[in-house]
Amino acid sequence: MSDLDTFPKVLLKQSRELENHPAMREKEYGIWQTWTWSEYHREVERFAAGLKELGFRRGDKLFVVGQNRPRLYFAISAAQCLGGIPVPTYYDSVVEEMSFVISHAEVRFVVAEDQEQVDKIIDIRESCPDIECVIYDNTRGLENYDSAFAKSFISVQELGDTVCSKDQDAVKKEIDLGSGSDTSVMLYTSGTTGQPKGVVLTYDNVRSIAQICIDHEGLNKDDSVIAYLPMAWVVDHFISYAQAHLAGFCVCCPESPETVLQDSREIGPTYHFTSPRILETHRTSLLIRMEDASRIKRGMFHYFLNIAKKTHDAQGTGNTVSRFDRLMYSIGKILVFEPLKNQLGYSRARLTYTAGEAIGPDMFDFYRSIGIHVKQVYGQTEASPFVTVQPDDQVRSDTVGIAIDQVEIKLTDEGEVLFKSPGVFHSYYKNPEATASAKTEDGWVRTGDAGFFDKEGHLKIIDRTKDVGRLNDQSIFAPKYIENKLKFFPYILEAITFGDGRDEATAFINIDLSAVGDWAERKGLSYASYQELAGHDDTYALIRDCVEKVNADLANDELLSRSQIQRFLILHKELDADDGELTRTRKVRRRIIAERYKVLIDALYDGSERCKIESEVTFEDGRKGTLKGDLRIVSVKTFESMAKSA
Amino acid sequence: MSTNQNSGDVLLSVENISLSFGGVKALENISFDIKAGEVRAIIGPNGAGKSSMLNVINGFYHPQEGEVWFQGEKRKSLKPYQIARQGIARTFQNIALFKGMSTLDNLMTGRFTKMSANIFWQAIWKGKAENEEIANREFVEHIIDFLEIQAIRKTPVGRLPYGLQKRVELGRALAAESKLLLLDEPMAGMNIEEKEDMCRFILDVNDQFGTTIALIEHDMSVVMDIADRVVVLDYGRKIGDGTPDEIRGNQAVIDAYLGVAHD
Repeated sequence: MSDLDTFPKVLLKQSRELENHPAMREKEYGIWQTWTWSEYHREVERFAAGLKELGFRRGDKLFVVGQNRPRLYFAISAAQCLGGIPVPTYYDSVVEEMSFVISHAEVRFVVAEDQEQVDKIIDIRESCPDIECVIYDNTRGLENYDSAFAKSFISVQELGDTVCSKDQDAVKKEIDLGSGSDTSVMLYTSGTTGQPKGVVLTYDNVRSIAQICIDHEGLNKDDSVIAYLPMAWVVDHFISYAQAHLAGFCVCCPESPETVLQDSREIGPTYHFTSPRILETHRTSLLIRMEDASRIKRGMFHYFLNIAKKTHDAQGTGNTVSRFDRLMYSIGKILVFEPLKNQLGYSRARLTYTAGEAIGPDMFDFYRSIGIHVKQVYGQTEASPFVTVQPDDQVRSDTVGIAIDQVEIKLTDEGEVLFKSPGVFHSYYKNPEATASAKTEDGWVRTGDAGFFDKEGHLKIIDRTKDVGRLNDQSIFAPKYIENKLKFFPYILEAITFGDGRDEATAFINIDLSAVGDWAERKGLSYASYQELAGHDDTYALIRDCVEKVNADLANDELLSRSQIQRFLILHKELDADDGELTRTRKVRRRIIAERYKVLIDALYDGSERCKIESEVTFEDGRKGTLKGDLRIVSVKTFESMAKSA
Repeated sequence: MSTNQNSGDVLLSVENISLSFGGVKALENISFDIKAGEVRAIIGPNGAGKSSMLNVINGFYHPQEGEVWFQGEKRKSLKPYQIARQGIARTFQNIALFKGMSTLDNLMTGRFTKMSANIFWQAIWKGKAENEEIANREFVEHIIDFLEIQAIRKTPVGRLPYGLQKRVELGRALAAESKLLLLDEPMAGMNIEEKEDMCRFILDVNDQFGTTIALIEHDMSVVMDIADRVVVLDYGRKIGDGTPDEIRGNQAVIDAYLGVAHD
């Protein structure tokens, strides 16, 4: 493997060995366009030569911003060819976020998808004068821009052509200079706290974990994926770039973010990476659409889904499935499950990962029972990125599986998960303190997650270590654990619980507009806005039922029965990454919410029935406005702890 | 897709147009011109005669007096489809799409004037008809990409929200590859975000395709931002004509909008 220690070297190999095998697809003007591995290589080579001519040097960073487009992947590869470091960034980042990364990473060259991104870079240019040039993929609207600063991708490739015509091996020579210990990519973590940190990963890091997972799952050149996760997220880089290079499979770029579902239906990817949130959205929309289907279809859907559930449950508990049920399952497979899978783009799926958040048991069973074999993985950017994967025959909704090959896991006395693997990140860029606090001297990495091993040796994650708190009577309070239980209800999009250092637990609820909206429509409730629906008495009653069910569930648990929710309120606006309330990967930023909604939290504890709030909202174009609300606070029934009464 | 913005040649001019319905004078002695490559706005309060003016330009109404000159030729009385063939396309104040058809099919109807294969070739679907359809589909796909409506390509138009329907309607007008695009209140009934999107698209159409645009709009602020020149009508008469800045300072216009008693 020593001669294939960087991705550009792997690309050279694939361009010879898989010359005519599809490497990349993109739907353009309604038709799937294909690049073979040799064409992929050619595109990269031309761009790299042009980039070099523009003055891109070894060690330079290439800031890449946009949605998943083939040319942006080519740009990442080109930067690596030249010994540079790609820094992919979330395409919906606002100017301040981008400006921080650009100045922190000392970026000189930018590759942007379109006018929207180029405009942001031009805004940033004043505060970051080091930027020399921005190269854009989509030319629309950019004809009249200053061509000394903004150049089209094609023009850079044409520049590369003239370089290559003089010296055919110009890029090859640069590729040969690279080695496995070089930095391959820098990924800024969205950071649930404070400024983002640039995680430096080497070729050896990414390559080793990618290869371990390829071997473990048997991925090969005939697989395919849809590239729809943000390019800045380690998982997309891992799958659509690293694994695709090593295994030689085809990466398909959707036409637009809205068409992902249609596009995956057409492509039928064999390898999926999804998140509980996406699975939930799909299931919710499926169930809503089924309610509108004809009576026969609806009847069939529910009947066979029941059969599937019965069969699946029986298999889970080790009971035998009756012959009749087995027969019905086969019929259901033809009539319902396969068409359903096809609707969701899973007709050829053979490997489906989910990660990022806990997954509800109901939803997990739903997908598995119709034959979509979802399994959970756990990891983080610092691990490049996987730590554990569930083995095929031991898939559970509440664990994240066991350590993959060459990875070790241990727990500290406080319950924090530590790991050691070939994927352990090099460092945080220009942040030795953070590096030192995350990595122990003997090479273990602190994940910051609290967890434990269950009886079968599977890792279970309950919360972030720093978020696990205690109520005033010293009983354990794990907010995320409760929030996840709340979020398993389709009506609840987001929940934030409070209780650390308090006498009792309380919660903020964010309703799911599509699910509650649909419910309201069926009930004949009229509402004009999100705010009005959220504040409706019937909505409160609906959510109170959900919270009470969670309380009843918590009462069964000896450790957590004291954490039952006493009072809650429904927020008047959806929490939004643009307002800084969520990270770009949609994780809740607790500290910001605690500051911004302090009035509401106080009201939850001072016994008041209503509370007024004025909050700032940021629109997509960066303008700000305020939203006023007068929220009701409701008390909830709690249950006697079963453990105590028993 | 060349840019010929503000080349200065007059593309269309109306001279001394008067139109009346029975005793109601809708338009009275109106003259103005539209230059190739510009965004020309026609504004005015309710009932000022804006839509009538548009209907005169695209040949739906025939004025009792006055002349319409298009590309240097005086226009004879033509049927609307003949005018469409000359290179004038329009959208409507109240959306006039085929609701049961998909977005794609609606856009394809905009290519109607570009198809020449006769019914025989269409029926056996070989040779000319097939090639024509492929070429037209490709053109339409470019418009879909341009207007960012890929996700609704196959969705029946009736199921789309209002803002998107307006966008599809713009797409259909674009599909006709017209020289002059008439937009009748393209932003009516839209929220701020939809209006901003629409403005962006109108400017991009003007920029990228070099299409000359005449638009009627109610919302003054929108017009002032995107139009090169504005003509103001009030009670069927022209009360102002000039750049947005000139119009802003025009006392007659201010009066018309703020409401001053008419003699």
